[in-house]
Amino acid sequence: MENRIEILLEKYSHSRRDSLIPILQDIQEEVGYLSEEAIVIVGKHLGIPTSKIFGLATFYNQFRFEPKGIHHIQVCHGTACHMLGVVSIIEIIEKRLKIKAGQTSRNGKYSLEVVTCIGACSQSPVISINGVYYSKLTAERIKQILEEIMGE
Amino acid sequence: MQFNIEVNNRLIEVRKGETILSALYRNGIKVPTLCNMKDLSPTGACRICVVEVEGKENLVTSCSYPVEESMKIKTHSPRVVKARKTLVELLLSNHPDDCLYCERNGCCELQDLAIDLNIRERRISGKKSRHKLDLSSPSIVRDPAKCILCGRCVRVCDEIQSVCTLDFLNRGSKTIIGTAMARDLNFSSCINCGRCVMVCPTGALHEHGYLDEVLDSLNNPALHVVVQYGPAVTVSLAEEFGIKAGKDINGVINAALRKIGFAQIFDTAFGADLAVMETVELIMQRLETGEGFPVISSCCPAWVKYAEQFYPDILPYLSTCKSPQQMLGSIIKSYYAPQNNINPNSIYSVAIMPCLAKKFEAQREEMTHKAISDVDVVITTRELSRLIKMYGIDIQNIDPQTPDSPFGTRSSAGKLFGTAGGTTEAILRTLHYRMTGKELNSSKWHDLRFVSGIKEIPVKIGGKELKIVLANGLTGIEKLVEGILNKTINAHFVEIMTCPGGCVNGGGQPFKSGDKDVKARTRSLYEIDEVDTIKAAHKNPLINELYEKFLEKPGSDKAKQQLHTCYTKRDVLL
Repeated sequence: MENRIEILLEKYSHSRRDSLIPILQDIQEEVGYLSEEAIVIVGKHLGIPTSKIFGLATFYNQFRFEPKGIHHIQVCHGTACHMLGVVSIIEIIEKRLKIKAGQTSRNGKYSLEVVTCIGACSQSPVISINGVYYSKLTAERIKQILEEIMGE
Repeated sequence: MQFNIEVNNRLIEVRKGETILSALYRNGIKVPTLCNMKDLSPTGACRICVVEVEGKENLVTSCSYPVEESMKIKTHSPRVVKARKTLVELLLSNHPDDCLYCERNGCCELQDLAIDLNIRERRISGKKSRHKLDLSSPSIVRDPAKCILCGRCVRVCDEIQSVCTLDFLNRGSKTIIGTAMARDLNFSSCINCGRCVMVCPTGALHEHGYLDEVLDSLNNPALHVVVQYGPAVTVSLAEEFGIKAGKDINGVINAALRKIGFAQIFDTAFGADLAVMETVELIMQRLETGEGFPVISSCCPAWVKYAEQFYPDILPYLSTCKSPQQMLGSIIKSYYAPQNNINPNSIYSVAIMPCLAKKFEAQREEMTHKAISDVDVVITTRELSRLIKMYGIDIQNIDPQTPDSPFGTRSSAGKLFGTAGGTTEAILRTLHYRMTGKELNSSKWHDLRFVSGIKEIPVKIGGKELKIVLANGLTGIEKLVEGILNKTINAHFVEIMTCPGGCVNGGGQPFKSGDKDVKARTRSLYEIDEVDTIKAAHKNPLINELYEKFLEKPGSDKAKQQLHTCYTKRDVLL
């Protein structure tokens, strides 16, 4: 992984502090998450303490610090989904998979991410598992979906 | 450029570019704040310092708003006072209700403000913030539940100490102060200096206390409990009892510690004398070959950890001498114990220090040999004041006493270790004798006193010019260390003190002490030196006796075994 990040940093060879966010985004795109190792490399590259990078990265919802699971669940928490009760959907997922938002299960099978909007407000509440959308969810439906992926 | 602004219907003179708050303070107008710190960048985080500016719709934070010509300000209008009260009520709305049990009870800025603003009921009730208490560090406890997110710790760690361990993590109501990858403090780059504890307005960051351990050991008849106290402690403790800053109560401390029940009372300044003897020997050896310079001081454990993390390449230059605390600790168990037929295992060695990093230092692996630690537990000046109060000792009505033998006499040079520049001064006095065979006519080195920041100071000893570098505080330390590594800074001796002002301003000292108090403590140390008869370590008869009877001579194998140590690179997230 170190190599992949270093290759990626080549295009930022003269960059400074203001390139931090684009660099972190590129790393997440490439590797799937921001590892401790990645944060240390970026810190050395830009001359920024790791605490500052971690502080910035935790400010934004878009960054994750654990690798994605085999089933990566993105839950939309936009206004429409919020109004139609996505909070209880998140609770069900967290309880069933025993992980919190932003985490990956120990066996590496599931990961949960809460995102601000995935652009399907007419289908609220909506989630996406590995890019496949499940819309107009109810408590029963989400339990059923979870059973399906857990049975695999 | 100066101009006038109107504050509370009175004209005051202000300087262009300064903030409203600094102008108000300079003119003696008091406005409360929980996040502002002198000389550090303003953030406007707590908003307690709001004032009303005529013509502005909203209240402005005076700490971050610059003065403007013909400004009209009200600092205590009904609107302002009400806003401040509401702000504090909001801060209290999710604050734990455990003031009685809180480390900062009675010296908490949030508590004081709540009292000042007459907050007597919980008007706003918020969801309590629940967070894990971080007890991992031997020096500092982090309790995010009590944090008001003022950010003082973050700024002091970045801007003054150049360590950058802390930052704001997460966002909004989930924001907390934490370390990189949210690690516990003991796995972080924290150097345990405790500057963050000193600026924290609440109990969110406080010292890791060890009073229970001390009390248990005092109550254990099988243990022989000895105690040593650092040079800066004696000139600071009085403040905890309402006596003005800078009063030296060394004798009273001896008497109080004896009353509490410590079997033997030793002065760490004796350890400092030993440290001088060993460091001078190290410098003499290097002067012979002309190699291995600069010798960098290693008596500040926070600086040592800083070097181990950030600049492992500098470690070969660090003096191998242990700090005075550890030297005395080691001698107590290896020399005092057998001399008095006591098993070193049954000695419980307590050190009272003005410092939080000393707690960490005492627990370092290198400081324990065959399961015997040089020092068993370290408490601070603040903890000592609590211990004295707990035992009901009235320090105003107690006769001074002297410390115990065999370490009962110290030189005043050892005492100077308590202030920035003092270590160097103490070393130069003995170094002068070793280099020229003659004593100094005047033992004072004015150039080394009250130095601010990092300064190069040339000194002449017997026709030879030596270059000294003093670093009073870690601000700008990177440049110094890099200069030493790439040989652009050539010095013979470098003294580095993590806390600005040295140990007198340490992280274990009384809260709410300002620059003036720190200066008063420093002056007090110099006054002690002024009147003392033994002004150099090599003239301390008990030091010479110790070498004759036990350590042979400075730098001997025996001395190396007991008084020297080594350093290793630390792998932490920087």
